Amino acid sequence: MLDVRGLKKVYEGSGRRVEAVRDLTFTVDAGELVCLVGPSGCGKTTLLKCVGGLLTPSGGEVLLDGRKVSGPPPGMAFVFQEYGRSLFPWMRVGENVELPLKQKDLSKARRRELVRDALESVGLADAVGAYPWQLSGGMQQRVAIARALAYEPRVLLMDEPFAAVDAQTRADLEDLVRGLWRERGITILFVTHDIDEAVYLGERVIVLSASPTVVREQLKVDLPVERDQLHTRVDPRFAELRTHVYEQIQAAKKGAAAS
Amino acid sequence: MRGVNAALGAAGLAAFLALGEAVPRLGLVEEAYFPPTSRIAEALADEAADSAFWTALGDTLTGWALGLAIASCAGIVAGVLISVVPYLREATASTIEFLRPIPSVALIPLAVLLYGTELRSVLLLVVYASFWQILIQVLYGVQDVDPVADETARSYGLGTWARIRHVLWPTALPYVMTGVRLAAAVALILAITSELVIGAPGLGKRIGVAQASQAVPEMYALIVVTGLLGLLINVGARTVERRALAWHQSVRGEVAV
Ligand SMILES: Nc1ncnc2c1ncn2[C@@H]1O[C@H](COP(=O)(O)OP(=O)(O)O)[C@@H](O)[C@H]1O
Ligand SMILES: [Mg+2]
Repeated sequence: MLDVRGLKKVYEGSGRRVEAVRDLTFTVDAGELVCLVGPSGCGKTTLLKCVGGLLTPSGGEVLLDGRKVSGPPPGMAFVFQEYGRSLFPWMRVGENVELPLKQKDLSKARRRELVRDALESVGLADAVGAYPWQLSGGMQQRVAIARALAYEPRVLLMDEPFAAVDAQTRADLEDLVRGLWRERGITILFVTHDIDEAVYLGERVIVLSASPTVVREQLKVDLPVERDQLHTRVDPRFAELRTHVYEQIQAAKKGAAAS
Repeated sequence: MRGVNAALGAAGLAAFLALGEAVPRLGLVEEAYFPPTSRIAEALADEAADSAFWTALGDTLTGWALGLAIASCAGIVAGVLISVVPYLREATASTIEFLRPIPSVALIPLAVLLYGTELRSVLLLVVYASFWQILIQVLYGVQDVDPVADETARSYGLGTWARIRHVLWPTALPYVMTGVRLAAAVALILAITSELVIGAPGLGKRIGVAQASQAVPEMYALIVVTGLLGLLINVGARTVERRALAWHQSVRGEVAV
């Protein structure tokens, strides 16, 4: 469903030239939950913005259902790493979630229903009337997720959504994302620099090299679909997978240093 | 704390008024030019009973409000356009830097040439002076748009107009409010100045007439009125600002959900 071919992105401007992404090729099937993991600064955000049509690639292309992405496609939602800045402080939670729906041709009643349903899904039904800045970091990120859910996307792009929340909240949010994925059958591309998170969440993990970025390895996560923080993380297979990914990333960093 | 401050403020004002009463009475300054407070208060009461005074006040307020409204609309539209249309900002920057510092009063001869002593003369000066205050604030405000917020809006398919309305405008609003508050003060200054100098009808003209006819206490009474106007305008603008920006950092603490 999502096809990334030979993607390349070079930032140019003010005399500086940064090759953020060199050559990335991978696919994501419909209904899959794929984690992209790579060291900080390797171009994960850049890649995701190209996929989401927010940036124009310098080379290669992104296809969604066989059609080239040349701007934010309908049916795709983005959850940003900077959740605090991604929510609008001048709108209440409910209005934040509803705003994207106003672009769609929906009745007011239907919009209300979607907003209520999405907020319920993330356990924030009673925060409709609050302003985002009155909520904790984890709650804000939930609102951002609810906004994406209400939009009823077929593809959900998530850029290190839990990098800035505490460990306990993070575990809850991870389970929330997996739960929503199973419930709603959305295709999710989840970017993280956290190896454990990638293995715990993903059905498949794509390991990126350090900059200049290429796909270093793709591996299938053959853990049971039913996962939970307590048992999955002590599963010997989980340990094997995470060790493997860890080694790949270490090697990627060394390779980058050597070249 | 608030109560104490208010009490201190009232005491200070009372002392100032008392001083204004005592100094002329003691003969420290010439009473003909510095009438005591009570004499000014008397003149103020006389003014309030005179319908010509209310007409003048109405004229001044009309010039002020109309000028401010025109300048606000023009400043906001121009500011948003300059920021949104590519390259327009760069192309207009030097012109703005040149036009902005021209003191509005330097345009008085032009206003007289064009419109004589009509309201339009006052409007020309008021609009010119207030426009820049607002334009500059809008330009600052638009620059404050958070790239993440804008990308979020873009990712959900909001077009240019929807992004102006839902992202750019709310971000710029606190700046716009500051601009309007500053412009409101400047507009009053220019309204009074142009009436005084050009002789367009209004409080300024009345002050000039009072001076020319040696009605010194009346002149002071009118000056006090202009001061009160300035005060009211500032308080009003701040109140509007606080209401409109309940979500904003500078006001946030006060909102109940
Ligand atoms: N707008 C930009 N202009 C120039 N360089 C950028 C820009 N955004 C990111 N970069 C550079 O591209 C590289 C990859 O950045 P990013 O995609 O944010 O990495 P990641 O999300 O993996 O941490 C970094 O070296 C960064 O400095
Ligand atoms: Mg990033």
